[in-house]
Amino acid sequence: MVGSALVGRTYAPYSATVEAGRLRLFAKAIGETRPEYVDEDAARAAGHPGLPAPPTFVACLAMEVPDPFAWLREAEVDVARMLHAAQGFRYFAPVHAGDRLTFAARIDRVTAKKGGTLTFIVRATEVTNQHGARVAQVRTTVVVREA
Amino acid sequence: MANERRFDEVAVGETLPPLALEPVTRATLALYAGASGDHNPIHIDIDYARAAGLPDVFAHGLLSMAWLGRMLTAWAPQPALREFNVRFTAITRVGERIRCDGRVVEKVEKDGERLVRVAVETANEAGEVKLAGDAWIALP
Repeated sequence: MVGSALVGRTYAPYSATVEAGRLRLFAKAIGETRPEYVDEDAARAAGHPGLPAPPTFVACLAMEVPDPFAWLREAEVDVARMLHAAQGFRYFAPVHAGDRLTFAARIDRVTAKKGGTLTFIVRATEVTNQHGARVAQVRTTVVVREA
Repeated sequence: MANERRFDEVAVGETLPPLALEPVTRATLALYAGASGDHNPIHIDIDYARAAGLPDVFAHGLLSMAWLGRMLTAWAPQPALREFNVRFTAITRVGERIRCDGRVVEKVEKDGERLVRVAVETANEAGEVKLAGDAWIALP
C-alpha cells in the first residue's frame, strides 16, 4: 500500500542538455515535419534562438536518469500494477537546443480512491534552465491498483 | 513566428484544424521509445506484453499527447502555450487510426494576459476517446 507519508518527498535534482540531434529524432518520432522543428536555419528564421523543444519533450528528458522507475520502486509501487493516468505541463519560458535543464522532483499528492483499491500518485517536477529561469512544471499522475 | 491569431478573432466553439494520423505501427512505437527515452518494454516487446497478460503492445500515452501538441502548435505558435493537461482514458493500440481534435471552450483575461482554453482529445475511427484534456494559450 502506497502511503500518504510519501507526500513532500523530494528527489536529488539532475541536469540534462537539450541536444539538436535528439530534438530532430523526437520530431521524426512524433511525425513533426515543419522546418522550424527540424532545421536550425528555419528555426532562427521563425524567431527561435535554436531548434525548439516540442511541448511534451521536457517529460522525455525527465526519463534520462539511469533508472527512471526508481522513484516508483522506492515508493513500493509494483510497476506492473501501475498505469499512467494523467500528464500536465505548465510553461514559463521556451526550451531550445543547447539549453541545460535541471529537474527537481517531489511527490505532490497521494490520493486513495474506490475504497482504497486505487491509489493516485502525483509527482511534480520543476524544470529550470542554465540561467536559473523556471521553464516548466511537469506533473505526472500514475494510478496503482492495490493487490 | 507562425500565424498571428488574435484573441478578439477567436470565438468560443471554434474548432481547430484536426490532425489525422496514419495507423499506429510497431515501428512508430519503437522509434518513439528510442527518441523519448521511455524504454518500458510494454510498448515495444510483444513477448513482455503477453507475459503481462495483454494481447499486444500499446502506444505510449505521451506519444498521443505529442500529437495533440502538434495540433496546438500548428494553430498558435508554441511560445503562446501556457498549460497543457491530459487524462489517459483508454490505451491506443497498434493499427488504430488516431485523430486529434480541439475546440475553444473558454476565453479569459488573467494576470494581464488574454487566454483561450482549448479542449483537446484523441480518438480512434470508432470515436473511442483515448486522451482528453485542455490547453491554455495566450493570444495577442
